[in-house]
Amino acid sequence: MIWLQLLYVYLKIGLFGFGGGYAMLSLIQADVVERYNWISTQEFTDIVAISQMTPGPIGINSATYIGYTAIQNAGYPPMMCILGSCLTTFAVCLPSFLLVLAISYFFSKFKNNKYVSAAFLGLRPATVGLIAAAALMLMNSQNFIDYKSFIIFACAFILTWKFKLHPILLIVLAGIAGLIIYW
Amino acid sequence: MYWTLFWTFLKIGTFTIGGGYAMLPLIQREVVDRGWLTKEDFIDLFSVAQSLPGIFAVNISIFVGYKLKKIKGGMVCAFGTVLPSFLIILTIALFFTQVQDNVWVEKIFKGLRPAVVALIAVPCLTTARSIKLTYKEMIIPVIAALLIWQLSVSPVYIILAAIIGGLIYGLKIKRH
Repeated sequence: MIWLQLLYVYLKIGLFGFGGGYAMLSLIQADVVERYNWISTQEFTDIVAISQMTPGPIGINSATYIGYTAIQNAGYPPMMCILGSCLTTFAVCLPSFLLVLAISYFFSKFKNNKYVSAAFLGLRPATVGLIAAAALMLMNSQNFIDYKSFIIFACAFILTWKFKLHPILLIVLAGIAGLIIYW
Repeated sequence: MYWTLFWTFLKIGTFTIGGGYAMLPLIQREVVDRGWLTKEDFIDLFSVAQSLPGIFAVNISIFVGYKLKKIKGGMVCAFGTVLPSFLIILTIALFFTQVQDNVWVEKIFKGLRPAVVALIAVPCLTTARSIKLTYKEMIIPVIAALLIWQLSVSPVYIILAAIIGGLIYGLKIKRH
């Protein structure tokens, strides 16, 4: 059952994932964490961190990782977890594939199409809301365990927002901070 | 030809850290400088790939592959882009289960998690700024975020509503 659900959820994520990796996170969380409880908020946050730090698009990295973890949490052995990875990675790419094939036939019409640009008048502001929802869903007691968490959050926010610190460097620094603070 | 395509996109998938747009200059260099596509074609592909759902890097690799070698080309390019991520993450996932209960790893991740939340919160603001969201339009993302966060409305419905809203506004209201 979990296999079919994973396939369905990731096809959906691939089909409705407008607005880039961060906006996609809210789609992933809504199903994978909140609805089906395949993984915890903590695990999800860890997966986002690792997906950020490793090469490749965050959408692929997280799909591969979540496919593995969800199957693992369901009690399957490692071989089946790898199969889970394959399934989610394949499923998230399949809609792209079909859409590109469909669009290639009438590419010149799709370009500068008035319906597409009108749809984006609504999609663009909604993307901001999707990213906000992704951040808000992560702000719970699993990720913010004490006042120190809030200090780390504030520092990380300022470093990224004002000083444009590279995400990988930020994650490394936060990890070191965690080691020191929770010694 | 298929091997060249595969290797090119394997390289692109391996050497881009931090998401789709970071790989753009690399894709352009590989694809345009080899003479596979003209610069104009590439810019067209880019703008269409951007307006499609899904993973941007995958979309653009399928487009390029399809343009050169039809369906097989698209499959080869997508496979090349995805494979490095897949293998790297799989290795980490296999390894991470061994160490995730280690006290040191736990401490590191305790510090790391709030920072990840900040990493997602900032693009929310920078995106709002880059699309030049006005105060009046702010109501859209605020309602969208509250519906998802507090009422557990599926983001799929938000996206569908945004598309329909955009179509109505763009095609009917704005014209008058």
